[in-house]
Amino acid sequence: MSAPPSTAQQTLQSTHEVSPEVVVFDDVHLSFEGKPLLEGISFRLPRGETKAIFGVAGSGKSTILKLALGLIKPDSGRITVLGEDIIGMPEEQLFDLRRKIGMVFQESALFDSLTVRENVAFRLLEEDNVSEEEVEQPVREALSFVELENTVDMFPSELSGGMRRRVAIARAIITRPELLLYDSPTGGLDPVTSTTIIELIVKQRDVYKTSSLLVTHRLQDAFVMANHYFDRKTNRMQPLSPGTRSEVPMGFLILRDGKIIFDGDVHELAHTKDEYIREYIS
Amino acid sequence: MELLSPAEFAKDKLQAVQDYTLLAVQSVANAFRRPRYLADTVYQADLIGFGSLPIVVLTGLSIGAELALNSANTLQRFGSLSLIGQLVSVGMVRELGPIITGLMVAGRNASGMASELGSMLVTEQIDAMRALGTDPMKKLVTPRVVATVFMLFFLTIISDLLGLFGGAVISTFLYQTDWHQYWSTAWQILVFQDVFMGLMKPLLFGFIIATIGCYYGLNARGGTQGVGRATTQAVVASSVLILVVDLLLTKLLMTIFAYQ
Repeated sequence: MSAPPSTAQQTLQSTHEVSPEVVVFDDVHLSFEGKPLLEGISFRLPRGETKAIFGVAGSGKSTILKLALGLIKPDSGRITVLGEDIIGMPEEQLFDLRRKIGMVFQESALFDSLTVRENVAFRLLEEDNVSEEEVEQPVREALSFVELENTVDMFPSELSGGMRRRVAIARAIITRPELLLYDSPTGGLDPVTSTTIIELIVKQRDVYKTSSLLVTHRLQDAFVMANHYFDRKTNRMQPLSPGTRSEVPMGFLILRDGKIIFDGDVHELAHTKDEYIREYIS
Repeated sequence: MELLSPAEFAKDKLQAVQDYTLLAVQSVANAFRRPRYLADTVYQADLIGFGSLPIVVLTGLSIGAELALNSANTLQRFGSLSLIGQLVSVGMVRELGPIITGLMVAGRNASGMASELGSMLVTEQIDAMRALGTDPMKKLVTPRVVATVFMLFFLTIISDLLGLFGGAVISTFLYQTDWHQYWSTAWQILVFQDVFMGLMKPLLFGFIIATIGCYYGLNARGGTQGVGRATTQAVVASSVLILVVDLLLTKLLMTIFAYQ
């Protein structure tokens, strides 16, 4: 990991200085077995911003992440990731692009036959001419980021659900990706563990300024992220003072019946007049 | 279970054949592309080759012994018991060695591959691998195909030898034929065509076992139940395909070598 900025406040201000879009969805349509799943999805993720995607189960939230990663192709529309149009991009080129993206899967998706060390180092070990000794330090640093240094030789089956999720985050961030995709990172976890995971995501956002898309069912997680920053001095997430809230690089996207019905920040979300959204966030 | 119209059923089957063909072609093409997963190939060779050794040893021995036992009775009636070495030798090397070894390895490894890859698929590990920038076809399929083809070749040779040994034990100790005569006739009857035919088959059978196992694993649908179904289908499909290919290949090679 590179040396992070000195204060969280500096981080929050600097994220808005450069804003070429990291992800652009333009009128994306997708159907499964004849049934429309996504209809005309269009949004932009500016560099350094975290966008939380909400919607009821089956609304296509996770599908958006898989589309952004090129794991599935849309029926129509345009998707640009890190400045590259990924529609029609051959799988070989997609593998190169994916090396700049980190993904945390819903159920962690750790390789169960590999140890924590091998899981976290997977990306590095896949590169040519990289020995196990060379990956030791990055693995230690990534595991230290998620505070799991003592689990290196354990297998995923020996870890709790929350620990597995943290190892998945370590695996996603080890190569310092430009974009992170989180698929329900707190799903099925207890409130204390969920807060730990959210704190790690806020840390990644504020300290390393990584752009990210976060799919979640838990509205409170996104509100916590919008109202907190990561303080490097205390190494903890701290609440923002009321005046600085709009500076948090955090957006919200709400899906309903395969369409985006809200795309804005926490302030706009709190003052929306849409009945469905008001009911959803109440 | 959802009922399909005949057109949809035919379309599904055609799609499956196309997907399998693509997987099979890619698995070979990837062997000549970078990155090459040598460590994974060696690991699979150990798992498939040495792991299958006990069943191959047992089946090879017993099939050779049973062949000798059954044919000795008939040969005795015609006073041709001395031909028993030739009969066991040709039978084992040309046909029974490759096919029995192929079926045993299919039962053990096609199921293992389908269940392992199927479990990885339903727990999103395959997607995770793609997301991490690694091609599962290169990392998971090609090493299994190369390892199975390579190891089945040698397992078949071991099975042939043990079959001959089993036949020798039966004919020597139960029918009092001469041990040296058995081995010299068994050796002399074999011609290049027999050995070629016997060693050509495991190469194809190994390819069938690995590609079918990987195909069903990577196409498992419906959670753990789907993985179980994929495992069964992999064993059935690879076994049937081995028998069909064996028949066609035997006929083809016999035509090429102008067997009488």
